[in-house]
Amino acid sequence: MSLIEIKNLHATVDGKPILKGIDLTIEPGTVHAIMGPNGSGKSTLSYVIAGREGYEVTDGDILLDGKSILEMEADERAIAGLFLAFQYPVEIPGVANTTFLKAAVNARRKAAGEPEVDAMQFLKMLREKTKLLGVTDEMLKRAVNVGFSGGEKKRNEILQMAVLEPRFAVLDETDSGLDIDALKIVADGVNALRSPERSMLVITHYQRLLDYIVPDKVHVLAMGRIVASGGKELAQELEATGYAGYGEPEAA
Amino acid sequence: MVGTAETLEQVQAVQDQKYKYGFITDIEMERAPRGLSEDTVRFISAKKGEPEWMLEWRLKAYRHWLTMEEPDWAKLGYPAIDYQDSYYYAAPKSKDDRPLSLDEVDPELIKTYEKLGIPLQEQKWLAGVAVDAVFDSVSVATTYKKKLEEKGIIFCSISEALRDHGDMVREYIGSVVPYSDNFFATLNSAVFTDGSFVYIPKGVRCPMELSTYFRINASETGQFERTLIIADEGSYVSYLEGCTAPQRDENQLHAAVVELVTLDDAEIKYSTVQNWYPGDENGKGGIYNFVTKRGACRGRNSKIAWTQVETGSAITWKYPSCILQGDNSVGEFYSVAITNNMQQADTGTKMIHIGKNTRSTIISKGISAGRANNTYRGLVKIMPKAENARNYTQCDSLLIGSKCGAHTVPYIEQRNPTAKIEHEATTAKISEDQLFYCKQRGLSEEDAVSIIVNGFCKEVMKELPMEFAVEAQKLIGISLEGSVG
Repeated sequence: MSLIEIKNLHATVDGKPILKGIDLTIEPGTVHAIMGPNGSGKSTLSYVIAGREGYEVTDGDILLDGKSILEMEADERAIAGLFLAFQYPVEIPGVANTTFLKAAVNARRKAAGEPEVDAMQFLKMLREKTKLLGVTDEMLKRAVNVGFSGGEKKRNEILQMAVLEPRFAVLDETDSGLDIDALKIVADGVNALRSPERSMLVITHYQRLLDYIVPDKVHVLAMGRIVASGGKELAQELEATGYAGYGEPEAA
Repeated sequence: MVGTAETLEQVQAVQDQKYKYGFITDIEMERAPRGLSEDTVRFISAKKGEPEWMLEWRLKAYRHWLTMEEPDWAKLGYPAIDYQDSYYYAAPKSKDDRPLSLDEVDPELIKTYEKLGIPLQEQKWLAGVAVDAVFDSVSVATTYKKKLEEKGIIFCSISEALRDHGDMVREYIGSVVPYSDNFFATLNSAVFTDGSFVYIPKGVRCPMELSTYFRINASETGQFERTLIIADEGSYVSYLEGCTAPQRDENQLHAAVVELVTLDDAEIKYSTVQNWYPGDENGKGGIYNFVTKRGACRGRNSKIAWTQVETGSAITWKYPSCILQGDNSVGEFYSVAITNNMQQADTGTKMIHIGKNTRSTIISKGISAGRANNTYRGLVKIMPKAENARNYTQCDSLLIGSKCGAHTVPYIEQRNPTAKIEHEATTAKISEDQLFYCKQRGLSEEDAVSIIVNGFCKEVMKELPMEFAVEAQKLIGISLEGSVG
């Protein structure tokens, strides 16, 4: 069975139609990329999948393991195994990164009827994941995303993903604002998380990221629809031709 | 540890927004006749077998109170309180003779304490807390007194102190908060029924956190406890005060007075977690909390730190203050005040700098949700002789929803040009971005609010003793349940 099935998805924001019939099927263990110009609906798609309030599905469905998730709250979707790496990670002053991560892990444990993880156990588990991403202990102690550089914020997103071990992750413009070194670190982190059970949807404006996170499939999103799909070579073609051939982008 | 384990279990069991301490213990009560008169005052004093001077002091206060007007400057709205329509003294009936040990305490009372999660059992000594539990008006049981006595520490009810340490009480009572101080403190001076008394001798560091658990039980009784803590030269004590009250439809009045005195090089750390019944979402019921708390840093290099987490009460009127009299003395005020639904809080502090090189810090975090109103009201006063006085004030407000209010009313009186005063204030809202981010990581909306608010309050929470902090964190979550959405 497919892990994720998006069928004829239509969604509006403030009553304005943004997604106009998206079909996308993602098998376990695969990485799909969605590319598209500004305003094509990329971020809207990620929010609709994650269940953000204010993003209304007007038609179609999103299935996880063959079951619709549309009636589920954002937190229920997260616990079911859905993860969104934010384009703009949010600051939560006063809440230590570790505290936040521990709360997220414990929410999952609670839902599974397991006992909460204790602080020592958790720290040990965390250390294993931080090495990979070059996340320092100092960064763990800092408040969530507060005073983080752009690169640190993105690394922190991937760290959360590594700790929460989602089955399906959406990476929304994870490359934006990163220099090439930071991009490599983040991409290495993501690649290390690829596994036969886990699927990813990498949303990006530029082909550059896909040199490092090599997708199984590439889709082009324009004006709320997927207008082309292909293998990783599609990304290279786009790099050469741009989005001009895929209709006028809406205002960003 | 204030029954942390049990309390947390209970706290976690509350998922339906009900006030969990809303049970009423069925014990026969002995009450003073309804209403307030000289006879009421005499009745209370006689019941407690007080010395003559105490009765005279009470009567002086009562007569003065008759001439006073209830203050109306706070940003609070509530129907007029009928002071004649309340009981001023309620004691469990079987308690004519003070219990000498826990075995003598009415098992019903013990059960109440167990529900509250108060660790009255001796084995809780391991947790390092001695509890003086005030059940309505009479202090029912004081634990670990012996351990403390070995160090010369006196920790008992104020009634006992009047009996056994009368001279000391006489010297200090009313010396920080005079009987004529303000409407509510004066009322308290006339009719106070019990409270705690602490004396830490010279050079002694109190080996455990001292704790009082206040609880208002009897219907329509006001609670007027009076606490007096004296830290002699070079001593240190950390005092915890927790408050709960059963859920009732009528409003109950609480007008306490707390007086702290530190002599040279002494330090008192006074922490409060107040979760009295706040009334229901329509503003029915709840405690009216009019409290006067004040500390005098009389000695050089002495220090008083107030930390409060206020989540309950329908009305909060409370300004824990420091009089920084001794040179180099330090006053601190750390406050979290949460108001939800129809709650109103007008709270803050006064820092009165009298001595040289005196320093004060004020960190206030106000959180409003529902239709609640939350006001910080503070005074920093630098007297002419307070050379090089320093104050730092930070007032942050957090709003949840769009029907609540946050207000900041800082007063500064500067009468010495060498003083430095800093004031910072911020107001923020919990953003939809933050909530979504937390939810996307798997936190429920309520857990998300709780973690964001706890983050906002962090600078204050870290000042609480560890055991208290855990309880307070949970309380913050509970008191804001249902506030978003």
